[in-house]
Amino acid sequence: MSKILVGMSTCGMSAGAKDTYKTLEGLVDGSDNELTFTGCIGMCFKEPLVEIREGDRRTIYGHVDKKRAKEIYETHVVGGEELPDYIVYQEDGGNACGGSEQQFLERQERIVLRNCGLINPESLEDYEDRDGYQATRKALAEMNPEDIVAELKESGLRGRGGAGFPTGLKWSFCAGYESDVKYVVCNADEGDPGAFMDRSVLEGDPHAVLEGMIICGKAIGAGFGYIYCRAEYPLAIHRLQVAIADATDKGYIGENILGSGFNFDIKIKQGAGAFVCGEETALFASIEGERGMPRIRPPFPAESGVFGKPTNNNNVETYANVPWIISNGGQAYRKYGTEKSPGTKVFALAGKVAKGGLAEVSMGRTIEDILFGIGGGIKEGREFKAVQMGGPSGGCIPAHLKDTPVDFENIPKTGAIMGSGGMVVMDDQTCMVDMARFFLDFTQDESCGKCTFCRIGTLRMLETLERITRGEGEVEDTDMLAELGEQIKQASLCGLGQTAPNPVLSTMRYYMDEFLAHIKHKSCPAGSCQALVDFIIIEEKCEGCGVCAKDCPVDAISGILKQTYVIDIGACVQCGKCLTSCAFDAIYTVGKKVAAS
Amino acid sequence: MDGFMNQTEAEFSYRLWRHDGAQGELIPLLQSAQDHFGYIPRRAIKYISGVAKVPESKIYGVITFYSQFRLQPMGKHAIRMCTGTACHVANAGMLLETIEDELGVEVNGTTEDGTFTLFSVACIGCCSLAPVMMVDDDTHGSLTPVTTRRIVRKVRRKALAGEKKAAAEKPEGDAAASPAKE
Repeated sequence: MSKILVGMSTCGMSAGAKDTYKTLEGLVDGSDNELTFTGCIGMCFKEPLVEIREGDRRTIYGHVDKKRAKEIYETHVVGGEELPDYIVYQEDGGNACGGSEQQFLERQERIVLRNCGLINPESLEDYEDRDGYQATRKALAEMNPEDIVAELKESGLRGRGGAGFPTGLKWSFCAGYESDVKYVVCNADEGDPGAFMDRSVLEGDPHAVLEGMIICGKAIGAGFGYIYCRAEYPLAIHRLQVAIADATDKGYIGENILGSGFNFDIKIKQGAGAFVCGEETALFASIEGERGMPRIRPPFPAESGVFGKPTNNNNVETYANVPWIISNGGQAYRKYGTEKSPGTKVFALAGKVAKGGLAEVSMGRTIEDILFGIGGGIKEGREFKAVQMGGPSGGCIPAHLKDTPVDFENIPKTGAIMGSGGMVVMDDQTCMVDMARFFLDFTQDESCGKCTFCRIGTLRMLETLERITRGEGEVEDTDMLAELGEQIKQASLCGLGQTAPNPVLSTMRYYMDEFLAHIKHKSCPAGSCQALVDFIIIEEKCEGCGVCAKDCPVDAISGILKQTYVIDIGACVQCGKCLTSCAFDAIYTVGKKVAAS
Repeated sequence: MDGFMNQTEAEFSYRLWRHDGAQGELIPLLQSAQDHFGYIPRRAIKYISGVAKVPESKIYGVITFYSQFRLQPMGKHAIRMCTGTACHVANAGMLLETIEDELGVEVNGTTEDGTFTLFSVACIGCCSLAPVMMVDDDTHGSLTPVTTRRIVRKVRRKALAGEKKAAAEKPEGDAAASPAKE
């Protein structure tokens, strides 16, 4: 008898895991094999993933569509013969023993993702089988609040939302305030475009987050918890609801938990689509049903947070670390990571990386180690140009700094920030000026409007960058961007405004030559900014269908049917219409040739 | 159609009735209103204001602050093109232009026949499948201009076929369907 697990997280489902599951459901019906689903295994680039578990032997197959699912079921599950061509990872008794992507998982160290991909996230029994709620039992029965805080201080855990504030210290502040009501808040408003660690944890192991919150409640003396989750994550919300209901039934949440006399309730609050609500004071305002605008600190949340009561707010990943630390001790946690940044961190690899997915590694490993050792380098063997960390608040780290250790001390030195863990990789086809414009476009749109510099300053910066990408930039623009950027950082109240200019400032620091190419030579070296490129038809790919010539508004494309068409660069107005209408991917763009001066 | 409206209104009213005046319930109420009407109509603001004891002007302020809330009805199908970082790097901008060209509307616009509304969203969270778009609840990844047009055309064809079918079956269908609903 085997157990079949289908990876059913949002990324798996969008790759077609639902169809795979349905196919297997039909096949398994009536046999003694068991079919279930699990959360994100982490290898998003191989989704949909199916695991066959026979005792201690795990075999994970990649790219399993309906047809392959049938083949795997008939040959492996029924026939007992493995299909090595499709195997991405194999493990026997806990040791990796094969598969094409063995090193992707083998090089990781998993604490936060300890259960992701192994258990059914909607099954409390599965979680309990993997020592689930043992930490809660220990914390409630054997530890008093001071012990819990001390254990966390001992572990050195730092907040995983981006700022890296020591968690134990934060809890001790909140524990220090006397109040009839206190709140525990879990920030699951993962708004950074390009980051999906929190979603994967919520979808793959929701109970771990609940457990972290319960333990926090005990430590700071709170009886109520809110999970603020963005509405764009419907599956994560669903799995949290199931988890909360199950845990309540089993007596892990509610009154007199496990007979300890401690009461704790958890409620989900859905976000409504505002990036600034990831900032804690804005998040509290949103929970209260107001416009999500930040407040002045102090008073800090530990003193006055949700509804003016003492509140402790941590990120999803931070809470997911807590049960492990309570069970294994702070000292054990310190074995991972560096002196000042202990533990592990989950990174979401995306962009032009060959193997996009989730990677959890010890702090202090180098960027190169993560991107090339685990991520498999750059797609299509292209050149590595930069990696963006920290989303719209962070910055780009150029290729020549790839030896930088990834921790709270070294990343800020490069001008980027640790952030919540998104790593978006860029290759030589990515224009850095356009990236700066892209992030500013995002923050400008998401600025709540409270502070003038953030509201108007970011717009002025955006307009300038748009001008540069259109080829209308002037030499003084770069100085103006740098000056205005500094002013916005100083004159904004919350993290959004204080960090909004970072993507621009950090790209100007490393890629000034690209800015100057746009401004002086009116050329985009990466071939990305439409106004500053030449459109060219690739001879080998063009089928001579003539659609582009028909669509061209200025008749710049000419040719004979069934032969290669040609674009007259002089007549072309760079509208990009041909790019969207070509069915053969035969049109590409290169930076305008710079006239020799 | 009238019956449909009445039914959702009844459900929405139920939620209003169940509202116990707890602090911070405004956003969930607005979300339930939008779930049922597809957008937030003027009269829903009025109801909520009456029950939650929050001035209409303040409710309007909250609605316009959050990008999730709409004051206008939207098309039958929502196309959400992801323009998050990973998708942006994978040329999502060009795909957005492709869809705009295919539908003849700009971002946040609804096609004349009311079939599609086009949105650009920050991140769907399937970054490793970039570029990604969502048509209603289905996510489509690794898009190119060709596959994008194909998907949009397929949905449009289905929608048109569905309408024709509904129109043809209407005389009988209505009579058969209404008792079942009750």
